[in-house]
Amino acid sequence: MIEAKGLAMTIAGHSILNEMSFAMRKGAMYGIIGPNGAGKSTLLRLLSGMERPTAGQALLEGKPASAYKRKELAKRVAVLQQGGLPAVSFTVREAVTMGRFPYQNWLGEEASEGGRVVERALRDMGLAELQDRRVDGLSGGERQRVALAKVMAQEPELLLLDEPTTYLDIGYQVQLLDTVKRWQAERQLTVVAVLHDLNLAAHYCDELLVLHGGGIEAFGPPSKVVQPDLIERVFGARTVVLPHPETGVPQLLLLPEVPPAEERREEASS
Amino acid sequence: MLLLLASMVISLSIGSAGLALKDVWGILLHQLPWMPDAGTKWDAAEIAIVTQLRLSRVVLGVLVGACLALAGAGFQGVLRNPLADPFTLGVASGCSVGAAFMIVFGLQTALGLWTVPLVAFATGMVTLLIVFALSRARGAMNVETLILSGVIVQAFLGALVSFLVTLSQNVVNEAMFWLMGSLSARSWEHAKLVAPFLVVGLPVLIRYSQHLNLFVFGERHAAHLGVNVERTKLIVLLVSTLLTAVAVSVAGVVGFVGLVVPHLIRLIVGPDYRIIVPLSAIGGGFYLVWADTLARTALSPKEISLGIVTALIGAPFFAYLLYRRKVLQGGAS
Repeated sequence: MIEAKGLAMTIAGHSILNEMSFAMRKGAMYGIIGPNGAGKSTLLRLLSGMERPTAGQALLEGKPASAYKRKELAKRVAVLQQGGLPAVSFTVREAVTMGRFPYQNWLGEEASEGGRVVERALRDMGLAELQDRRVDGLSGGERQRVALAKVMAQEPELLLLDEPTTYLDIGYQVQLLDTVKRWQAERQLTVVAVLHDLNLAAHYCDELLVLHGGGIEAFGPPSKVVQPDLIERVFGARTVVLPHPETGVPQLLLLPEVPPAEERREEASS
Repeated sequence: MLLLLASMVISLSIGSAGLALKDVWGILLHQLPWMPDAGTKWDAAEIAIVTQLRLSRVVLGVLVGACLALAGAGFQGVLRNPLADPFTLGVASGCSVGAAFMIVFGLQTALGLWTVPLVAFATGMVTLLIVFALSRARGAMNVETLILSGVIVQAFLGALVSFLVTLSQNVVNEAMFWLMGSLSARSWEHAKLVAPFLVVGLPVLIRYSQHLNLFVFGERHAAHLGVNVERTKLIVLLVSTLLTAVAVSVAGVVGFVGLVVPHLIRLIVGPDYRIIVPLSAIGGGFYLVWADTLARTALSPKEISLGIVTALIGAPFFAYLLYRRKVLQGGAS
């Protein structure tokens, strides 16, 4: 599905991404993790075809992403930006229908079954009752659901998520990623997500791509990648990694230098 | 549309010569090819007033209003700036510098009648680029800063136009015309000049109206949905400036039409540009015909400049929009 060949990006004389090569297969979910400034968002923009690399290629189905026509690209690749939709005065249904834009001719008409796709996206995201409400009257969590429904209506083969859980409370974070995961399994969707929360990344992603200083530090399944020494090297934080008691997925616990603020009762009494 | 036609006919019948509504209707209907000659029922002076003076003026008003309102809708959509309009962006003043220069000094080129609007278009585009350059800070364009830059540039160019006019003979009337706009002493020639620009501009803006809908989510968002953002911006800005240029070339600077009309349309029909764009053209015509009717009858037989009427309505409206933005601070509108 995706192949990066010697992909590099330099912005204003600064090298953001060093030459990197990797391949991602169709139907899997990938997480891109790494500290701030590691080049995660830049890599995502290159994969979305919005920017041209300074060297190398980001290939989608064998063709450079930036070489697709805009609408052809939008039929294959959808992007969910952080923060969800802005407060616009369109209704939920109107906003979701805009996801069909790449399939419409210049009169705004669509040959295929656009209406049914929109219906389904609204239903799947539990937005059927909200469809006539205006987007600017919704809560942040509801707006994020609208954004996801709109992306679904776009029927992409590749979904790029740019820190989708930022600004969401934990209930909505899990709900959002559960939805994406179910959708990915149903439709053989390829998902690439920039994620801040390493525990969520380890749970949801088949493989993790760890970026550090513009290069690839590691690329593999969470069980191989989420290791205390690698995390300390990349993030500069000491951690303990434990298997999740119910799922067995590796989960991180932070181990700061300073002792915990709330002293243990046993220590206090002894 | 019906409202617009009715307004045109009513406006036709209002005027210093005092003709009854049914006479105006009658004269108009008798202009149709299969009707008997109007000369049998009305005298030649009455017919001339209706067909030559009033009808051409009303038609021109509709065309100019449509151009300005469309330009306003285009600017607002592509800049995602609810305060944008040919006047507040300084584009109208920019166009008036070029047009006034050509007319005051009687310059002509091989382009004939089209010279003035095309020169006005060129100076309008340059003005737009200057305003953009003034308001851009580290790549981002703030809504209020853009309008502030527009107003500054507009003040400067207004002075420049006054200066140009002062160099010519006919000082007072000409200066008033360019600064405040007017439809007086215009003829069918002017209407014929404006019409082709509108005929080309309207379909182009309609063609891009769905793109403008996607712009409200942000440029990057629109790009992810398959919109060619750079091309859309370029075309919509060019067409909006061209429509402004031709309107200014025949009617001077008539302010706030492009601000007021699309907003009122939006209040009535909602945020969809596919509806806003065509209705703005109709609404702009409607609005300007009435503004002009007011301008030529309020102090009859003396005329007020059209721009005075539109500014008296438009400026408070602009203040209201600015105030409401402040109240809703943070919300993207």
